[in-house]
This record gives sequence, structure tokens and C-alpha cells, in this order.
Amino acid sequence: MHNEPWILPEGIDEVLPPQAWRLEGVRRELLDLYATWGYELIIPPFVEYLESLLTGTGGDLDLQTFKLTDQMSGRLMGIRADMTPQAARIDAQRLRRGVPVRLCYIGTVLHTRPGALSSSRSPMQIGVELYGHSGVESDLEIVQLMMRTLRCVGIAEAFLDLGHVGIFRGLARQAGLDAGQESALFDALQRKAVPEIDQRLGQLSLRPNMGRMLRALADLNGEDALQRARVELSDASPDVISALDYLEQVADRVARAFPGVPVHFDLAELRGYRYKTGVVFAAFVPGQGEEIARGGRYDGIGRVFGRARPAVGFSADLKRLLRAGAVPDATQHRPGAIYAPWSEDEALQKKIAELRAQGEQVLVALPGQTGGAEEMGCSRKLVQEGRMWVLSGA
Amino acid sequence: MTFDTPITIALSKGRIFKQALPLLAHAGIEPVDDPESSRKLILDTNHARVKLVIIRATDVPTYVRYGAADLGVAGKDVLMEQGGEGLYEPLDLAIARCRMMVAGVEGAQMGDERLRIATKYVRSARRHFAAQGRQVEIIKLYGSMELAPLAGLADLIVDLVESGNTLKANGLVPLEHIADISSRLVVNKASWKMKHATVMRLVEALREAVGRGES
Repeated sequence: MHNEPWILPEGIDEVLPPQAWRLEGVRRELLDLYATWGYELIIPPFVEYLESLLTGTGGDLDLQTFKLTDQMSGRLMGIRADMTPQAARIDAQRLRRGVPVRLCYIGTVLHTRPGALSSSRSPMQIGVELYGHSGVESDLEIVQLMMRTLRCVGIAEAFLDLGHVGIFRGLARQAGLDAGQESALFDALQRKAVPEIDQRLGQLSLRPNMGRMLRALADLNGEDALQRARVELSDASPDVISALDYLEQVADRVARAFPGVPVHFDLAELRGYRYKTGVVFAAFVPGQGEEIARGGRYDGIGRVFGRARPAVGFSADLKRLLRAGAVPDATQHRPGAIYAPWSEDEALQKKIAELRAQGEQVLVALPGQTGGAEEMGCSRKLVQEGRMWVLSGA
Repeated sequence: MTFDTPITIALSKGRIFKQALPLLAHAGIEPVDDPESSRKLILDTNHARVKLVIIRATDVPTYVRYGAADLGVAGKDVLMEQGGEGLYEPLDLAIARCRMMVAGVEGAQMGDERLRIATKYVRSARRHFAAQGRQVEIIKLYGSMELAPLAGLADLIVDLVESGNTLKANGLVPLEHIADISSRLVVNKASWKMKHATVMRLVEALREAVGRGES
């Protein structure tokens, strides 16, 4: 047998029974949840012109995006690697409303390369975005929805990681770092590579307290990081201080909304630094080396589409959420499927229709088929008793 | 120190293990078995909750990145080669020190023509020559790099140099310095956040041990 041609490409997967129904069940439940919070569903296209897919992301997505030439226009198209820029385009370009806009979406995205941990190149991205409000209240709404999403897929024990990109950005500006220096320091900070941070800071001639504050970011993590930051960063510019104030407000509200959830601060964790502008957050679960959901504030993303709007949102890979969570197999709640013989008997047809209307699964045997009720995965069958059709065990 | 949460530390056999032992001992961790004589891959320690896993040096970042180990000791050469994404590397343990060098026969051609470079460190070598704007052809080898220039397989090699004796014995000399290498403590991101107190105390104890070694 030569099966090799039918192997899927690296990092491309498919969802088979019974997981596919589980995934679909969760998908419906989550979209229903978002609907009750007033989030409108959007279904953006799978491909669009590259420029609009990459806008506002500072090129972070460029390498991750598959590209192809549109034979109709000669322009370059991209297969979406992230749906967030699509939602931003829709808010700024298509909806153009003055009021706050709440959008939710789900869809497969494609990555040219698998992430550091996940081997998948085709995550199923689910997320919500809230446009048109800048403040703690909308941040909190998104964090709440993220935590509820996790609960919905049966993840009870989640840790929340909180940070604010304005702190590093403010310090970098205060220190007068150029783009290259900032990016090199950012890279070392992401890895908390203290030896490299020291080396890079040593090469810049900074005022001593400036170097000390940038260096401190690598250590400003943990439950008490905000209190320590007040001391360590006391000489920082007003931008940095107000970012700290803001983060503290978000943390207070989160603590009140989720008293049992452990919150970990990390002032050097800067996911999506190049386009995020405010708080960033992520959810971790034990045993997973990477966050399973993440989000943050990215004000001004719509500027390129002609309309700068404050924005905050989160997203996650639904396939990963399902693996990390504990969603029961939907079929386990129900009595098993029902096997019915093939017959033109009207009483049988009526009985089958009745059962289906009650939400039962009824499989009709096909003339000449191989296998019976058990082989078809049915635990009950319809049998004739006199003129009546009744259910019996398989 | 006490451990209120299970901790797994990934180490590689040989030099890194031997030189990491005194540092771990300073943090109060001592293995019960000796990996050189034991065939066990998971070593118990004097703490019931602390285990050491003994794996190949190049596998340490993988184990830690995926959370199969909370912490690990990995050479900077391995981290440079694999890219440090998805890991924290907060501490230079200053052990297993060496240098990554370009080496070749004395007076080797370093001219403009396309040089052939034999190395185990493909990514680091490519980055080094690219930074100088030199176009080279990289040949990936898995061992005995020194043979490549002698056998006419490559013009130069990129390899780790400790004392330089192996180079000398084969008539090669170090030509360019690429990086100083030593072992780093690497930490899983989720462990850092979720076992924060324990991980922090361990990092601090190791930092202290490293500081002592230098004074």
C-alpha cells in the first residue's frame, strides 16, 4: 500500500469524529456566550490583499503569511495568519459606526511556520474585539470574556498574566533608544536573558538610573511586581507612571471579578509589542508551556484604514483550548443512536420523524448494507410489535 | 531550601553535569544516583519533589520549552543554534566555558571567493558570515570537524574551542572569534509564572552560587 500521497502537509490537521462534534458544540456555546454580551459575528474572507492583512501589525505577521498572486489583478494576496487585522478593517472601513462596536469571529488561519511550541500551522482562531472605547472598563470586559471562554471549555485552573507595553516603551523613549537598540533590548527582555540585557545596556551610554530601570524590568514579575515597580521605577517618565497606574486599576478590577484566579504580573512580557499600545494579558494552564489565550489593547490600529479607533480584544486557538480543557463528549449525555430498518411502512416513517423531532439520532439501514446496529454504533433499535414500532436495546 | 511544588531539572551528562553539581548543591539539591554509573534517566535527589532528567545537551531546550522539565542547563551554543524563543534564560552559570571560533589551516584563504565551511552550528555560522557580508557554503557535519579542511571537504570550520589542543594536534589554528560560550539556566515560561516563588528562590540560590565561584 502506498499511503504517502494522502498524508497531510506538516502542521495541517483535520478534526474527525467524535471530536468534530465536540468542537462544534463548543463553538456554538462560545458564540452564544459572546452573543449574550452583544458581540456581533463577522465572517471575514480567507484570503485578501496582503496590505490589509498586514496593516497595523508592524510586519509581525509578514513571515507568517502565505502569499499568492491574484491572477485577476496582479496584486499579491495573503491567506490570513490572524483575523484581528481583518476585524479592525471591518470596524474602520465597513461599519464606520460612531458607537462602540463589539465583534466576534471564528475561523481557520494559516501559518507558514509552526509556533515555538505548537506543531500546528492551521489553528482555528476564535476571538472577540471591542472598538471605540479606551479605558479600564473595556479591558475588563475582554478579560472577563477570556476567562469565561476558558471556563466554557472546562479549564478550571487558569493563571492570568498581566502586563503593559507602555512601561517598556516609555522607558525606551526616556532613555532615547533608537529603533535598533530598542528592538535588541526587547528581544533579550522577552527571554529574560539578564546576561545579554546587561551586555546591551553596557554598550549604550545611559544615565545610571536609566540603565537600572531598564534592567529592573527583567525582574519585575510575580504577584508583588507592581509594588516593587513603584519603588524601582520611581524616576521614570510620567508616561511610565501612568501606565503603572492604569495596570493597577485593571488588576484591581480583575481581582474583584475573579477572586480565585491567581494573577501574575510581568512587565517584560510584551506579546505583540509592535502593535499593542496598552495592557497585554494571557492565560496559562498547568502543564502547558505556552499561553492558551492572549489579548490586549491596540489603540489606533484602524488609522491606516482611515479611522483610528481604540481597540481591545483577545483570541485563542479553539483546537488547543479543546485539548487543554475537559469538554465532555456530547454523545455521552444522550442515549445512543437508534437503528431503524428500511421500510416504506408509514407507521415506521412517522415514528422515525417523531423521534428525530425530539432530537434523537435515527440511522436508517440501507438495503443490502453490511453490518447491523452494533457495527453502526447504535445502542437501540426500532422493532415492530404488532403494528407498533417500539424502541429496544440493540 | 524547601520545595513545596514538584520541580524537574534537565541536565546533560558529562562536563555540564559535573560542573552544575556544586551549583545545585549550593541550592540544597544533591542527586542520589550518579548518572555516569547509573543507567537511570530520571535521577532522584535528596528532595522527594525534585528530579533530575539526564538528556542530550541539544534536547535540553526542547524539554524545557514544552514543560517536560521546569528548568534546565543548556550551553549558549545550543541556544544560539536553536533560537531562544519560548524560553527564559535568566542566568549565566559561567560553567562549561569555551569559545565558538572559525578555524582553519595556518594562513588559510579568507578571500572573496565562496568559502566552504564545515560545522555542526549551521545557524550560528551562517549568521556570523552573513553579518560580515560574506557569501559562504555551509556543510553540516555531526562530528570530527577538524578533519574537514585536512580532507579537502571544507576551507574552514566553525566549532567550539576549549583549550585549542585538538585544533593544534590537527594542524589548525583559530582564526576568528564568534562568541564566548557558557551554560545558561533556562526556565519554562509557564513554570516561571505558576511555580513563581519556588523558581525564583532556586534562581536566586544559583545566582548566589555563581557569584561565589567568581570571588
